[in-house]
Amino acid sequence: MVRKEIIALLLAGGQGSRLGVLTKKSAKPAVLFGGKYRIIDFSLSNCANSGIDTVGVLTQYQPLKLNNHIGIGKPWDMDRMNGGVTILSPFMKEDSGEWYKGTANAISQNIDYVDKMSPKYVIILSGDHIYKMDYLDMLAFHVKNNAEATISVIDVPYEEASRYGIMSTDEYGRIYEFQEKPANPKSTLASMGVYIFTWEILREYLIRDEQDETSDHDFGKDIIPAMLSDGRRMFAYRFSGYWKDVGTIQAFWESNMDLVKRVPEFNLYDPEWKIYTPNPVKPPHYVASTGSVKTSVVAEGCMIYGRVRNSVLFPGVTVEKDALIENSIVMSNSYIGEGSVLDHCILGEGVVVGKNARIGFGDDIPNEHKPGIYNSGITVVGERAEIPEGIVIGKNVMIDMHAGIEDFCGEVVPSGSSIYKGGECE
Amino acid sequence: MTNTMGLILSGWKKPALKDLSYNRSVSAVPFGGKYRAIDFILSNMVNSGIKNVGVLTQYSFRSLMDHLGSGKEWDLDRRYDGLFIFPPSMSDDESGWDRGSADAMYNNLSFLKRSNEDYVVISQGNGIFKMQMGEMLRYHLDTDADITLAYRQMYDYTKEELSRLGIIRINEDNRVIDLQEKPLNPQSDLASIGIYILKRTLLIALLEECIAHGDYDFVRDIMIKKLDKLSIYGYEFKGYWRNISSVRNYYRCSMEVLSDPEIREELFVRNGKIYTKVKDEAPAKYNEEAEVTNSIVADGCFIEGTVENSVLFRGVTIAKGAVVRNSIVMQGSVIEQDAVLECGILDKNVVLTRGKYLKGDSDYPVVVSKNSVV
Repeated sequence: MVRKEIIALLLAGGQGSRLGVLTKKSAKPAVLFGGKYRIIDFSLSNCANSGIDTVGVLTQYQPLKLNNHIGIGKPWDMDRMNGGVTILSPFMKEDSGEWYKGTANAISQNIDYVDKMSPKYVIILSGDHIYKMDYLDMLAFHVKNNAEATISVIDVPYEEASRYGIMSTDEYGRIYEFQEKPANPKSTLASMGVYIFTWEILREYLIRDEQDETSDHDFGKDIIPAMLSDGRRMFAYRFSGYWKDVGTIQAFWESNMDLVKRVPEFNLYDPEWKIYTPNPVKPPHYVASTGSVKTSVVAEGCMIYGRVRNSVLFPGVTVEKDALIENSIVMSNSYIGEGSVLDHCILGEGVVVGKNARIGFGDDIPNEHKPGIYNSGITVVGERAEIPEGIVIGKNVMIDMHAGIEDFCGEVVPSGSSIYKGGECE
Repeated sequence: MTNTMGLILSGWKKPALKDLSYNRSVSAVPFGGKYRAIDFILSNMVNSGIKNVGVLTQYSFRSLMDHLGSGKEWDLDRRYDGLFIFPPSMSDDESGWDRGSADAMYNNLSFLKRSNEDYVVISQGNGIFKMQMGEMLRYHLDTDADITLAYRQMYDYTKEELSRLGIIRINEDNRVIDLQEKPLNPQSDLASIGIYILKRTLLIALLEECIAHGDYDFVRDIMIKKLDKLSIYGYEFKGYWRNISSVRNYYRCSMEVLSDPEIREELFVRNGKIYTKVKDEAPAKYNEEAEVTNSIVADGCFIEGTVENSVLFRGVTIAKGAVVRNSIVMQGSVIEQDAVLECGILDKNVVLTRGKYLKGDSDYPVVVSKNSVV
């Protein structure tokens, strides 16, 4: 086997619980994004475009969709004889078997995989972010500095800094202090969760960390601080450009909406940096004489007989006559019945909306069951739910996956309420 | 239909296609926003369970080979069987190019001999249609015919168009009693759609005999000459069918797909998908000024202007104030600001520059060849 200079390890096991019903049956990296993609496509395409052809994808939470999506890595040209994409799920060992307990533990459990490739460097990625980055530029920076660890950072506004791991660096970019989610941040350089390590060094720290029973086995909490206190050569690689964590319903909605702007900050159409994903087998979309589309992104296989404004439509969506979709994200193969109106909604895959329904209308009051998740005025409908005709649904409403017509009581679902599959009417 | 193999004759030049088939085989003509003509027959075969397909090419086959590749998109990249592309080869007598359809098949006789399916479906590569070939095979078996030929009642073709097809007459049992290739005076409106089923061993024998006699055309020298000796039956195909053979019927077929939802449904939704080479384009983007009605729009398009009754292939840009009406715009073309295109067919990567006005007629659409700047 040819020795690899660098391989990538992509952490894709996160649940992304703040995405609510969107991640009920899929890991966050598998959530659909941008009219055609899944969130993980951005990191995987970065690898492909950077020329990294060996990627281990670490999965844990609800991996079915992710496994299906990645397959043998064909869309990213990673169906390789030597290297390519490998799904690394937790596994049984001789005397025990366990889940990944933290980001560092997930890598520790796969030391054999990395050793087999025997790379000089590893890049650790998370499959949660929307961005374009040439990882080889970062590697060049790592090599030039003779670094043992390089952490990619982005300048964030001071008031948001306490949500991130914050680096303090000297004039050469060398990190002398690291604070994980500090109340009083000493800098505004936030870790993007992209790390390059010299493998030999990381390997040593991972093994040491495994033996420490008090450790959380987390990169941010344990590995980075341990290396720093040992005075290892650690550098911050400054990234500028579009980088979004789509961890909440609002952030997810906003970054999708970023794509419909006249000149989107994030360019999906760059021929030099394509985003790859499995292509659906669908004909081009069709806009009928009664249809009209403005300021929107529309994928193949859509049939549009109604109006679409400020929205993102995934493949195979049907919008019937006199329907109006505004400020919404409609995922694959959903059906919007005649005369229905949607505003500020996220519809999962295969949702069916009956005729003349109105979704997203009412007062902006947070969801009564999960106010921490549904609070930005956006109503979220889980995949394959069926919405009865003529109903009026408010804001911040959560409709469960597979909810059926029988799960709705009455003509109105007030803002902030939830409809569960098999839920009973009072 | 695992017991059946497919042969697609993709080759011959069609002068009536003008610039559209300049530098590409007629089977490689782009159609329907993202496809090429050959995708239809190839997908029909695959959807019917055929797993061994040979494509015999002749004229300008580079774009076709590029399009088909290893056959991956049709699930024909297989360890056994799968897709085989046969470019013309210099034969022993150094006569060079294939002289006709029978000659082309004969030159690849070893492929036919090496395959082990009992039946062969032979087809042209330029038909736009959706057909379940299993039904035709069943009919072939039921009638115990030597050769079954698919025909269609061309109620929607003019006499002039009919005279460019193979016209048949059949008896009450559907046996073909007359077959005339491109007759000046068509005797009926039943036309062969260029699809034949026969036993593989019979095809080999017929080809060997045909070439031994110094003949080389499958229809003229085998089908027509042996009409009495072989039992040739007609299988009626009742669906939508057009063959891409002239600019006029290419344009007409594209417009029919736009105007009739039934045709769109039949071609693209019902009874299996149409597969094609993937391009990794982002979804189409519409800006505020976009006014698009009754149009087919592929991925990667960027629209700020007006589009009516038109087909936009992948990666087309329609700038602000531009108007595209009753037109077909192929991959990567750009309609600049305030330019107007009516009844036109723009081949790939054409630029209609700022403020230009280009207008054809629905009977004589204007064709702009690949990479032109107007």
